[in-house]
Amino acid sequence: MNSMPGTPMPTVLVTGTSSDAHTWNLVYLQLLLEEWGHEVTNLGPCAPDDLVMGSAVELRPDLIVVSSVNGHGHQDGLRLVQVLRARPELAGTTIVIGGKLGTDGLRNVGQVRRLLAAGYDRVFDDGDVHAFRDMLARPPVRAVS
Amino acid sequence: MTQAPFGEFVAGARARGTLVVQPRMGFSDPGRMRQGLARTRAADAVTVGTLTLDSYTRVRDLDAARRALAEGVTLNGYPICTHPPETTRGVLDGIHDASFPVQVRHGSPRPEHIVAALLGLGLDATEGGPVSYCLPYSRTPLAEAVVCWRTACEMLAEHTGDGRVPHLESFGGCMLGQLCPPAVLVAVSVLEGLFFARHGLRSVSLSYAQQTSPQQDLEAVAALQRLAGELLGTVDWHVVLYAYMGVYPLSRGGGLNLLEAAARLAVTSGASRLIVKTAAEAHRIPTVADNVEALEAAARAAATATAPPPGPPAADSEVYAEARTLVHAVLDLHDDVGTALLTAFRRGLLDIPYCLHPDNAGRARSFIDHDGRLRWGDTGALPLGGAAVSAARKVTSADLLAALSRVRRAYDSGGTA
Repeated sequence: MNSMPGTPMPTVLVTGTSSDAHTWNLVYLQLLLEEWGHEVTNLGPCAPDDLVMGSAVELRPDLIVVSSVNGHGHQDGLRLVQVLRARPELAGTTIVIGGKLGTDGLRNVGQVRRLLAAGYDRVFDDGDVHAFRDMLARPPVRAVS
Repeated sequence: MTQAPFGEFVAGARARGTLVVQPRMGFSDPGRMRQGLARTRAADAVTVGTLTLDSYTRVRDLDAARRALAEGVTLNGYPICTHPPETTRGVLDGIHDASFPVQVRHGSPRPEHIVAALLGLGLDATEGGPVSYCLPYSRTPLAEAVVCWRTACEMLAEHTGDGRVPHLESFGGCMLGQLCPPAVLVAVSVLEGLFFARHGLRSVSLSYAQQTSPQQDLEAVAALQRLAGELLGTVDWHVVLYAYMGVYPLSRGGGLNLLEAAARLAVTSGASRLIVKTAAEAHRIPTVADNVEALEAAARAAATATAPPPGPPAADSEVYAEARTLVHAVLDLHDDVGTALLTAFRRGLLDIPYCLHPDNAGRARSFIDHDGRLRWGDTGALPLGGAAVSAARKVTSADLLAALSRVRRAYDSGGTA
């Protein structure tokens, strides 16, 4: 799409969390990222931590996007990023999370801080497509070269 | 044990001309769960109770459920396998009885641990299905889900007798909640109901989730009833309607209007039971008060609607024709419904639009037409013929978002579907 000939498209691994059964957030993110010129692998809902880690080590994506809307995003996302960051191959990979991360519908500053401290590069509010796109437009995960 | 079989309770309400309304309610705290059940029972409506389980229990990650309880983390449902049985008996004691059946709702493709737990507590009504709880919500291979659900059905069926009639509801009428053409919802519900019956259940319910066109929804419920009548023989069955399962209105008024439309649809289509959604749905896990408000609003709206005359519905609709074709294409594959379902999905004879599961063909695509009806953009290998395809088109992220939020937009701006 936007990439120059010979320039590989930035690759993105999109995934839900181990306990989250929601799909539409993942289908939407895939279409959005493809339209922005990214090549997407979508693991779908309820991806166990080991599957996300194994896929990431195998595919070596430029970006890993974790999306969760079932209210367990804080717990599951925290555990997942620790598994991912434990692999030296993924130490420098951009990893972000977003969605409805708690059960009460409120943004919890402490939980966001814990997610960032555990290894996420960014934590996005539910529906904040603009901030997500701004991040993608900057290196090292920009689609347009 | 003094309890009314779930199916018998619903049939009794129907005979009196009353819609049964039911929440989707689950809390990890036993005190709050008990309060939720008590207030469901006390609501000004004919209600049945619900224990909705948490996601960790659903995916059988019982270690995570145990840790969460130990650390005081709030779960998104009731961890029935983790709280000690005496705790759950305390939740149910004096509330679950002949006038108030309680159903366990979960979402597990491998539900044996849940079925064992609920049977151990004297409960015997639950829901799900090998397709409807596998493809949309898991990465469990479909073949494994079929084996697990066979076992679960047999575990439930063993408890038939001595006044007990275990009940199983197919979740087939939901399939990703939105954008699945009704013929597939009807077909999966009927096929899962047959699967349950072949594995010993004597009482089942078939589901259908409110979609984007009231007229198409009426046709779908009529098709479901007609196919159930044709295929389920002497098994006790009823239809349960789900209030809209897609992106829900943000506004309180919009949310309640959508729920009331579902309640009227339930009555006018001849469904016997309604699972409600709350005005808080779009924002958080609903509270007990949110649920009671929804139950009472639904019951009031249902009382204003008129039920169809008794007897089989006139169902010569597009939905009935497509659903009947799908059901028979699957049943013709094998005598065993589970085996037939596996073959059907492998060949794409059943295909859920946008479903990411590795065992779903993923070739079929749907869209919402100008008149609000869900139609096929691509039928993939579905045995529906070219006429079923209304408009081949590539769906963009903006199209998808617009389709997913169509009902929210309509109701939030004061309109209806």
